Amino acid sequence: MTPPLGKDLLALEPLSADQIQLILDTAEPFKEISERHIKKVPTLRGATIVNLFFEASTRTRISFEFAEKRLSADTVNVASTGSSVSKGETLVDTARNLEAMRIDMVVIRHGASGAPAFLANRIESNVINAGDGTHEHPTQGLLDLLTLRDHYKKLKGLKVCIVGDVLHSRVARSNIWGLQKMGAEVAVCGPRSLLPSAIDDFGVRVFNRIDEAIQWADALNVLRLQLERMQLGYIPSLREYNRVFGVSRERLERAKREVLILHPGPMNRGVEIDSDVADGPFSVILDQVTNGVAIRMAVLYLLSGGKPELAEKAKGEA
Amino acid sequence: MADEIVELNEGTDGLVIVGIQRRGVQLAQRIVKLIVEREKVTVPQGALDITLYRDDLQTVGPRPVVGPTEIPVDIDGKHVVIVDDVLYTGRTVRAALDELADFGRPRRIALAVVIDRGGRELPIAPDVVGKKMDVTPGQRVDVFVEDLDGKDAVVLASRSG
Repeated sequence: MTPPLGKDLLALEPLSADQIQLILDTAEPFKEISERHIKKVPTLRGATIVNLFFEASTRTRISFEFAEKRLSADTVNVASTGSSVSKGETLVDTARNLEAMRIDMVVIRHGASGAPAFLANRIESNVINAGDGTHEHPTQGLLDLLTLRDHYKKLKGLKVCIVGDVLHSRVARSNIWGLQKMGAEVAVCGPRSLLPSAIDDFGVRVFNRIDEAIQWADALNVLRLQLERMQLGYIPSLREYNRVFGVSRERLERAKREVLILHPGPMNRGVEIDSDVADGPFSVILDQVTNGVAIRMAVLYLLSGGKPELAEKAKGEA
Repeated sequence: MADEIVELNEGTDGLVIVGIQRRGVQLAQRIVKLIVEREKVTVPQGALDITLYRDDLQTVGPRPVVGPTEIPVDIDGKHVVIVDDVLYTGRTVRAALDELADFGRPRRIALAVVIDRGGRELPIAPDVVGKKMDVTPGQRVDVFVEDLDGKDAVVLASRSG
């Protein structure tokens, strides 16, 4: 039996709706494990996983680490600072050295789009993309899907608007692919300078005004506005961004119905999202974090094991 | 079987019935229903999915569907009865014992199965058996239950079938 997702999880774009559905369904029973007194199952006992983080990350790294530990895997964290990466070692050399120590999986976050795919083609271990450049962040996309599905009990036909810096956002790309494959309608809303010029190729609706987006959407996925975007001239000022595109309680109240609020974190309160929205009744931002662990457990589980040569050997012995 | 379980337990005090996904859960439900009808008591019931405790993940790879595990009560000091449809190698029961141990420390764990087909690969024996069958390794025993399969039946099939 070949693993149902193949060797690696690099992006949501190449996955089928069935594969995404499988990951979401597999995540369901994993939620319960984190509620147990002993939050651990022996599933990945003896597997060694390296978390290779070339970019700063708190939530994603810790979430992966919890997922790995709750499946009983042994984990090692490598950050670019304080490792031989800072001495100029190439990505492939780093990974090959790790593989020489007999590891099973690599979770990689990298500033360059395509770095996980580059690595996956060169090593035998399973590779999971934990965010690469402006390409994709597939486990974030999946946990967003799971959170939406938890709430609305369906994804098909759901209207989701991604708000903010779509241009630089790997979260936006994973969301667009994942949501569209599952039959949801996707829109984006943000300043033109922060939308990709080829946005029409994604097959999404574009809103220029946040109020129209709120009127239309069942859920808003509010992206983090990287503060350095202002220095780079994409937006005039943070205050103006908040005034024009910030998600505020007044704006949501005008919708006169429930609009679910997601945010991948870390939040800039008072910039892309106001505090009373982030902490408000429609916010599922912390549910996203909880679901993140279950999704990552499901992905690790679905990529693991299934070594055909071992199965043949076992059959020969039986 | 329900009567035997009550007898084994010397009553229904501290009794917890836990079915193994999937058919064991349906069978556990029926056993609980019978005990409740006859003894006029309530008996807590749980479900275990042992997929994550299997010993063959590294060889056969992940099973596509992992079902829910639900242990509704604290099992410390209780009499837990594991219910499954067919007992064969004993590996599923081994996994179930490991999983139960992560939920607590029951005073006693017993095993009830509808069919014992022999062929054990581990030192595991059932306490309550519906029927013992002599089945060769080339054959398969399928237990059908009404809720999942639309009929109640035990079918002996050849492995390829």
